Amino acid sequence: MTNELRIVVVEQDQDRALAIVDALKDACACDVLVIANADSLARRVAAFQPDIVLIDIDNPTRDMLEEMTLASGPLERPVAMFVSSEAGGLAQAAIEAGVSAYVVDGLSPTRVKSVMDTAIARFSIVRQMREELAETRRALEERKVIDRAKGMLMKAKGIDEEAAYALLRKTAMDRGRRVADVAEALVTAAGLLG
Amino acid sequence: MKPVEISVAYMPLVDAAPLIIAQEMGFAQSEGIALNLIAAPSWSSVRDMLAFGRVDAAHLLSPVPIASAMRMGGVSTQISAVSVLSVNGNVIGVSRALEAKLRDAGYPFDFADPVAASAALAAVSDGPLTFGVPFPFSMHVALLRYWAEGTSLGRDGIRIRTVPPPLMANALAAGDVDAFCVGEPWGSVAMETGAGALILPGRAIWNFAPEKVLSVRTDWAETEPDLLGRLMRAVWRAGRWLSHPDVKATASDLLSRKAYLDVSAELIDRALSGHLSITHRGDHRAVPGFLEFYAGAATFPWRSQAKWIMERLVQEHGAEPLSDAQIARVFRTDLHRRHLASVGCDLPGASSKVEGAILAPTAVASAAGEITLHPDRFFDGKVFDPDRL
Repeated sequence: MTNELRIVVVEQDQDRALAIVDALKDACACDVLVIANADSLARRVAAFQPDIVLIDIDNPTRDMLEEMTLASGPLERPVAMFVSSEAGGLAQAAIEAGVSAYVVDGLSPTRVKSVMDTAIARFSIVRQMREELAETRRALEERKVIDRAKGMLMKAKGIDEEAAYALLRKTAMDRGRRVADVAEALVTAAGLLG
Repeated sequence: MKPVEISVAYMPLVDAAPLIIAQEMGFAQSEGIALNLIAAPSWSSVRDMLAFGRVDAAHLLSPVPIASAMRMGGVSTQISAVSVLSVNGNVIGVSRALEAKLRDAGYPFDFADPVAASAALAAVSDGPLTFGVPFPFSMHVALLRYWAEGTSLGRDGIRIRTVPPPLMANALAAGDVDAFCVGEPWGSVAMETGAGALILPGRAIWNFAPEKVLSVRTDWAETEPDLLGRLMRAVWRAGRWLSHPDVKATASDLLSRKAYLDVSAELIDRALSGHLSITHRGDHRAVPGFLEFYAGAATFPWRSQAKWIMERLVQEHGAEPLSDAQIARVFRTDLHRRHLASVGCDLPGASSKVEGAILAPTAVASAAGEITLHPDRFFDGKVFDPDRL
């Protein structure tokens, strides 16, 4: 058996997968296989005989890997979710970063640690970027709704844009709600009535 | 006073209803708690969030805490199942190709007789049939195996593969699986999207199968007995509310919201009311007791149910069996009694029963008088005596 660690990364997004592979290769001597889609996932993972499998915690195909944890499963050596007691803190950090790792039985904790530190750092960045993107999208969506609500008020009441926004804001303050929520309620109601 | 927040991980399924209703209908609030419900993308994710303390409670497949106690599934944190959240509610379905073959062979799609269904499937298939299930440790696997072993399909007549329900339609179309066993709304979704037809409800195999359990970390149960009691009472009241026939529409509406299941209320109502559409030809079947949250002491975590599940896991995976004392530390009849005695939840006198022995609604001794247990028959008429040697 060679000294190279065999790692499988299950990741759909190609750029993200490449970034993870680069980071892993910088951190340790390893042979990395990227699997992008769910077709016969467990079998393809098993065929590679990996030491470690990394997968995004939010990936819905994760349950397909669960069979690997069984002695009767497809791997020669069963794997564990990464939970050995000496590395309890790492498991916590991994969950926070959004990566789940499956590690074969009997792999030395120090080797696991270097891979996990890298994976955690990488997945943290990915997660942060994804959250920022979601936040940006949400803000954009809210702006659109507010603009539509303003337009409706301007038309219905014959007021200018500034007055329409002031009206939305005052209503939001009076009701203890967010401007975006008031705008959405108005747009929904108008849709029902119109 | 500001309510204490308890975070709860769940899978967006119809049988998560008691948790969602507890929060939406104010049962949590009246216990001074607020449930922060976190929808998870996979069962392993639900389990890990619970095991590693991201959440304090979870909606789990009933075999998962037992499998964890048997050191299967890679996570060894001790988990306590404090209440059964739902009984029954799974469906077995087949691909369109298999449906056509069954129809050609004159199969009546009665959605009731597991022996006839197995015989019909065995007759139209050339080799083993592959069934997709959501998770390896699940009532789905236990029911499929129990059914196949006792009927024409036989032990070697089925293969089981894990396929996340959202991907089931693709797996059926690609021929990766021939059939499936899933919880609602996924069975109805598969039928509606034209992926397949439904042939049996889970309860045709076992009349009273504990499906999901309210689970907490065992150490959390010990350090937060007060919060646990409030959580259990709120969820139990939500289950009782759900058992009223006139609330199904309201419940379906609430569950259908984008933040929860994000499927049409009509689809959810099928499971809650037990009126299912099983084929594209518009065949409807009514299944009384299709999914129970309350009736027949549904919430009681019988140790005998846990032992049945444990023995199925031993058979499936060759694991070391748990002792009765170990089982009692997973299915927590003790905590169920302690925390629910005060809400008027009538509790059975015993903590174990002979599973499969109740053939008609039966009154049994209980703390407050009498409770009526519902039939818990296995399709083959066998009984499971937890005390047999």
